[in-house]
Amino acid sequence: MAEPLLSMSAIGKKFGTVTALQNAEFHLKKGEVHAILGVNGAGKSTLIKILSGVYQQDNGTIYLDGSLVQLATPKSAKEKGIYCVYQEVDTAIVSDLTVAENILLDTFANKGKLFISRQKLNDKARMILHELQVEHINVQQKAMHLTLAEKQMVLIARALVHSAKIIIFDEPTAPLSIHESEKLYAVISKLKRKGVGCVFISHRLPEVFEISDRITVMREGAWVETYATVAADQSQVIEAMLGEALSHELEPSTHFQGAPFLQVENLSDGDKLKNLSLTVSSGEVVGVVGLVGAGKTELAKALFGATPLTSGTIKLEGKVTKIKHPADAIKAGMALIPEERRKEGLFVQESLEINATFPNLKKFSKGLFINRKAEKRYANEIIERLRVKTSSTDTALLHLSGGNQQKVAIGKWISLDSALYLFDEPTKGVDIGAKVDIFKLIRQLTEKGKGCLYFSSEIHEAIGISDRILIMHNGQIVKELSRQEATQERILLYASGGKEQF
Amino acid sequence: MQVVEKNNFEKNKSSVKNNAVQFLFKYGAIALLVFIIFYFSTISDAFFTYDNFTDILRSISIVTLLALGVTFTLVVGGFDLSVGSTMSFSTVVSASLMVWYDMPLWLVLILPLLIGVLVGLFNSFLIVIIGIPDLLATLSVMYIVAGLHRTYTEGYSIYNNMPLTSGSTAPGQLSDAFLWIGQGQLMGLPVPVWIMLVMVTASYIVLHHTRWGRILYMTGGNAEAATLSGVNVKKVKFTAYVVSGIFASMAGILFTARVGSGQIDAGAPLMMEAVAAVFVGYSVLGAGKPNALGTFFGAAVIGILLNGLTIQNLPYYAFDIIKGSVLVAALAVTYIYAKKKLNRT
Repeated sequence: MAEPLLSMSAIGKKFGTVTALQNAEFHLKKGEVHAILGVNGAGKSTLIKILSGVYQQDNGTIYLDGSLVQLATPKSAKEKGIYCVYQEVDTAIVSDLTVAENILLDTFANKGKLFISRQKLNDKARMILHELQVEHINVQQKAMHLTLAEKQMVLIARALVHSAKIIIFDEPTAPLSIHESEKLYAVISKLKRKGVGCVFISHRLPEVFEISDRITVMREGAWVETYATVAADQSQVIEAMLGEALSHELEPSTHFQGAPFLQVENLSDGDKLKNLSLTVSSGEVVGVVGLVGAGKTELAKALFGATPLTSGTIKLEGKVTKIKHPADAIKAGMALIPEERRKEGLFVQESLEINATFPNLKKFSKGLFINRKAEKRYANEIIERLRVKTSSTDTALLHLSGGNQQKVAIGKWISLDSALYLFDEPTKGVDIGAKVDIFKLIRQLTEKGKGCLYFSSEIHEAIGISDRILIMHNGQIVKELSRQEATQERILLYASGGKEQF
Repeated sequence: MQVVEKNNFEKNKSSVKNNAVQFLFKYGAIALLVFIIFYFSTISDAFFTYDNFTDILRSISIVTLLALGVTFTLVVGGFDLSVGSTMSFSTVVSASLMVWYDMPLWLVLILPLLIGVLVGLFNSFLIVIIGIPDLLATLSVMYIVAGLHRTYTEGYSIYNNMPLTSGSTAPGQLSDAFLWIGQGQLMGLPVPVWIMLVMVTASYIVLHHTRWGRILYMTGGNAEAATLSGVNVKKVKFTAYVVSGIFASMAGILFTARVGSGQIDAGAPLMMEAVAAVFVGYSVLGAGKPNALGTFFGAAVIGILLNGLTIQNLPYYAFDIIKGSVLVAALAVTYIYAKKKLNRT
């Protein structure tokens, strides 16, 4: 086949002490669609950012059209014909300008012509959109009126103005409907026929298999394997993405599981969540697993009363309970450890003491007055029980590490003796030691008969801690697996919208 | 090697700078106060006397009440610019109730407070329910209330037995009991000073030692986290604006009793002074947030400064320059410190 258009070899990149890429490889031919796959943190985005000139590699070489290149800035990458269509299209679109101006933005932003011929601008933009077969977009309207899909087209058109050699699509279909996605596939195959090399990043396996020619799998910052798509199958690719089963699994739980504590039926929020039903018994950990954007956080917040529901019932201990505000949820015995702990879970400017007692202030006051001694005692208890590493109970939480902050975010609920804990990505940004502590803590809670809902996109961790696993995709629960049935491969398959073939 | 030395040198230099900022943040306001007192004492014999200091305290009592209200709104992460107008309204209402309608004392005290509650409710309706940003909402309300109070008095100030537009004279007078609130003495201190001290202490206790105070601060610190901890943030904000309205109308009543007449636009010039007092208070002992004692302290700094400058015969029309400069200095220290704190994490 043709000469490689792009060759990235032995690429390494470190951020401080963290190695993001090590011996990453990527080769792209003219006129091919090459997908990059990998779990979160595999190094896909870093590689893409190096290719588009946002970062520079520490070592390794990049050959473009057979000659060694340095991509020092996004501008130099663009000059060499490398364009990127980001997932967040809004950051690249100037919403006050017209479609034509947006498409040709780079030409008139860079050259010092004082007057711009609107006529010429519009004609040229129309020509390019025609080439992409999306001529229904009116080039004279303001970009803010466009749909997400149309904005993407404008970005692709912008790349075509400069006869791009390589276009990078970074999860382009994540915000699109199926119909819009199909349209995008059509445009991509058109680009392909024009000889443009397309780099395609997506979490959705089926579409990767549909449109790509080759697939490169990355894991932990390194190249794993490159497949020709026709010769590969999904399970093979998933195995390559996950690597060896990560081995800090916990003992299977043997504790007693009680009656259903939480029963949710047909819950919808009119936006992301569609007809979810689930139950959690006391003494049980139910994992809710899904890819980023599957609706896990939305579900957690809806259950906790932080966002309104349009339909569905929530039963606690068999009784229908109206939860309109987190205060109702807390009263009913629920606790939420939110995903964005610094933004939603903690008062990071304040001390551990103030944070730990806040949801249950009444317990730490005499009448109206706060009992500082009782507060301090409880803070010390939390530090000891959860093994929080801090110099004192007065230290502002922002000086604590992520793992220790997370422990406080959990610890603040313990004085309430809640019956059901919602953990939303509790291991995000938490080091391995703290992770183990958090898992142990969850186990302790269930042994005392508490129920836990464990929302996570870290599949292997969810398997390790959960008694049952619910898999979410696109705002729905698509599959329930028992702990025995659950494997990373099966979960990833359902979470990416696939189905098992029997 | 040289590079390392240079780095170390720069680090030292920047840490000296950091320490200076930290020192200014913690003790700057107190140092300034001590300096001002010392300076004026050396210049004038009349300054450092018991009489002059009770005078100063009395002169800041009204501003301090206003500023306490603003403090509560700032604690919950809001702002109240309408306090000046609310105070003006309450001033003329309390005076008119006595002079025009000859009402009993208890009504004269309660009705203006009700007006404060209503303005607070209206503010929080605009901010919490409608969702107008606090500064803009209270700015609009400031104009509305100012207009209301001028309309109510038809632009005239209210004084004893004033001639009415109907041709007769007003039936009532400001009673002695009422005037005592603003002009009386109690155990060697003027009554307004007692009122101020009681309110500062009460605010301090509520904000720093009660559950309510904790909830107010946490709402201001991170409304999202407070909500997810079960706090009804909307209710908390409502309360804060109502408290602010009540403080403003108390200031208005006190003003009427102090001056002995219902001046229109009495509160307008005091609004910015109150805001300045709160922000000077941010930097007292490195609190870094609105707090009752700091507010009192801020009002005192400004009051003492103005008193000393009056003794120095600085023309009164130049006072706003001083007030503004003190505010800017306090804000500068607070925000530079906040930036440093953010950068470190």
